[in-house]
Amino acid sequence: MPDATGLELIGQELGDAVLETVFFRDRATLLIDPQSIRSVLAHLRGKGYTFMASVHGVDYYPEEPRLGVVYELLDMGRVDRITVKLRVPSDAPEVDSVTPDTPQGAGWPTCDHQEREVYDMFGVVFRGHPDLRRILMPEDYEGHPQRRDFPLGGEPVIFTYNEPHGPRSQR
Amino acid sequence: MNSTEESRARSEYRRREESITLSAVEEQIEDARATGGGPELLTLNFGPHHPATHGVLRLLVNLQGEVVRDIKPIIGYVHTGIEKTAEDKSYWKVIPVIERMDYLSYYFNSMAFVGAVETLLEVEVPKRAQYLRVIHMELNRIMSHLVWLGTSALDLGAISMLWYCFRERERICDLFEMSSGQRMHTRYFQVGGVIEDIPVGFAAKLAEFVAEMPGRADQYKALLHRNEIVLNRLRGVCPLDTDTLLGLGVTGPLLRASGNPWDLRKAAPYCSYGDFDFKIPVGTVGDNYDRYAVRMAEIYESVKIIEQALAGLPEGPVMTSDRKVALPPRHELATSMEALIHHFKLVTEGFRVPPGEVYNPIEGPRGELGCFVRSDGSSKPARVHMRDPSFVNLQAFSHIAEGSYIADMIAALAMLDPVLGGIDR
Amino acid sequence: MEVERSPIGDRPTGPSQAAPGVTVDPQALRVSRLNARQLLRGGEVEGRNPSAHLEGADLERHVEERVLTTTLDRAVAWARSNSFFPATFGLACCAMEQITTVASRVDIARFGFEAFRASPRQADLLILSGRVSIKMAPIVRRIYDQMLEPKWSIAMGACCSSMGVFNNYALVPADKFMPVDVHVPGCPPRPEALMYGIIKLQKMVQNNAVPGWRERYDAAGTEETLPGA
Repeated sequence: MPDATGLELIGQELGDAVLETVFFRDRATLLIDPQSIRSVLAHLRGKGYTFMASVHGVDYYPEEPRLGVVYELLDMGRVDRITVKLRVPSDAPEVDSVTPDTPQGAGWPTCDHQEREVYDMFGVVFRGHPDLRRILMPEDYEGHPQRRDFPLGGEPVIFTYNEPHGPRSQR
Repeated sequence: MNSTEESRARSEYRRREESITLSAVEEQIEDARATGGGPELLTLNFGPHHPATHGVLRLLVNLQGEVVRDIKPIIGYVHTGIEKTAEDKSYWKVIPVIERMDYLSYYFNSMAFVGAVETLLEVEVPKRAQYLRVIHMELNRIMSHLVWLGTSALDLGAISMLWYCFRERERICDLFEMSSGQRMHTRYFQVGGVIEDIPVGFAAKLAEFVAEMPGRADQYKALLHRNEIVLNRLRGVCPLDTDTLLGLGVTGPLLRASGNPWDLRKAAPYCSYGDFDFKIPVGTVGDNYDRYAVRMAEIYESVKIIEQALAGLPEGPVMTSDRKVALPPRHELATSMEALIHHFKLVTEGFRVPPGEVYNPIEGPRGELGCFVRSDGSSKPARVHMRDPSFVNLQAFSHIAEGSYIADMIAALAMLDPVLGGIDR
Repeated sequence: MEVERSPIGDRPTGPSQAAPGVTVDPQALRVSRLNARQLLRGGEVEGRNPSAHLEGADLERHVEERVLTTTLDRAVAWARSNSFFPATFGLACCAMEQITTVASRVDIARFGFEAFRASPRQADLLILSGRVSIKMAPIVRRIYDQMLEPKWSIAMGACCSSMGVFNNYALVPADKFMPVDVHVPGCPPRPEALMYGIIKLQKMVQNNAVPGWRERYDAAGTEETLPGA
């Protein structure tokens, strides 16, 4: 991880895009403005963080802005990790997708399925994603299951031949 | 028939056999393309129920003749909502739930989660517990590679490999049963250490296994490494270069097969891996044969690690002595009031974790297995996300198998080693 | 050929003639079968007879469905029970232990069941090994429907029987959409436990006539005809 001063330097380089820097348990996190995700990632790629380890979503219910997307970056040359976090409100959950290549810069192909999973589970819409559909739930499922106000669900246990009012109750 | 007539008849047959080429079909395709007809693609559904898809993986394969042009995997058929269930349970109750994610590497699942929680709590894991964790994780790595080898060889047609590999797997499951009572999903790793010390006789049985395993792996090599059919099916088939793999986020034996020696056990050692001397097997071309050879070599390296860990196993506690996190030993409950209160709070409510977010990556048998835990100060995690290696590696599958035949696609899927439990969570 | 009826555990196998919770001892079962045979031959009946209210054609059908009267029936049931063709159907962790039953220590081939068929058309035993998610449930049902009668199913593990460790939005208990003959508990069940479940099913099939699953579980009338079919 870049140490605390290294993190501050990166934060200053990125300027307005960075809302907050967090150095917690020897891990560096940048909280950025959602509009500038592509430029921030391109800048970090230039600094050596070329490997995207993970993209996942977090629900900060009930604080707003509620839906967070976390990008874990890794610099394999120096074995350095940095986390980039952004938060979008639930009434406008849209972020630019970093998967496709744009005229501004190369994309991160590994985010394809991972952004689809964040969309499926949290409802964050990634603008420009080549194929944004549900990946884990059935295509016609309604709701975004991993939001914290979605009920956990569950079914009562039934068995084929022990139901009190089932077909075999006469015997 | 006398022998010269026989040999003439046989060579006539051979000549006819060798004269059959695909040139006629290829001419047809060229003609179609020249006249603007374009290649006609057939979309074939390798349904979720299929003997060769290593679980419930659905593939929509676009075929041109027998050549694969595009593959779209459809997943979610064993999605269990593990991450959402984990938010509902206290931290130590999450461990059995999270273990069942990638069902061939259960110790790794729990290690990633437990490591993340230990980072948040800033508890120190005693040395003996770390060595025991390494032993169990490397045994699990061997077991995962054995299951992979058995089922992949089954896909290629070497059916008896399944029985040989599962014979060794039984011995490893016996060891797991000895140390924790369960063959699979043992909830042996706990926050702060391991749940209990290894029993008498475990070390001896483990030493026996470790002495025999390299010989068994040599037997598998003798069967497969120079086998003509294996070489024809795997060598030079479906290669993919390192840069594409890195762009797709692929880690683990797939990346190492293409030449990149990235292994978290060496690059960012965790859990005392730095104490052990082992090598990272690396391939050269990145084709299917390299993927197979890298995993076979990793079995030998894991055996070396277990030998060293067993030889250097230090004495000491297997659980941290921080009473706010780990249960006090039973005999203390009779004499110490604080121990009783700690026990009560830990069992009813569980320990509270200070608020924060942590991502803890480890090296699983399929690649980088990471666990992201967000805690909000209560005794239940607010978000648990497992970054599963198979989920990310699956994106590389269409790049790997593009332009190959269907049979090569099946072999490539076998060498990819997807575990659907991890992909779907 | 006399089929030896020895109960496994403390409950006789097969669909119980009594309400759940009441154990039926094998001697009473044998007596009622002998009584049924008596009735068929037109004789008198001693002792308890739960089907005394049936008459004529109803009685004959009742007896035929439940009693293996002919040697041919018993022979066919014996042959069926000793040659299940399980379908290769593994979903999750339990599938690993299912493959272990095929492996050498708990060898399923000793019982004759090593012919795992990939096509459901050729299989007659569906071992549901693993958690059934809502995306997979219609597919499992379709595979079960594609199997030809007589067919049986085993719900292996806690997840498909009773939601298991995860009781949440993503899973469906197998009994909700298909009939299950034997539930094998465990998470995952040991290979020996799965073998015990399969042997239990074997005894069930040996001792009883095998109507289709709709007769076995009183689901007649639940067939669904698709429009235009």
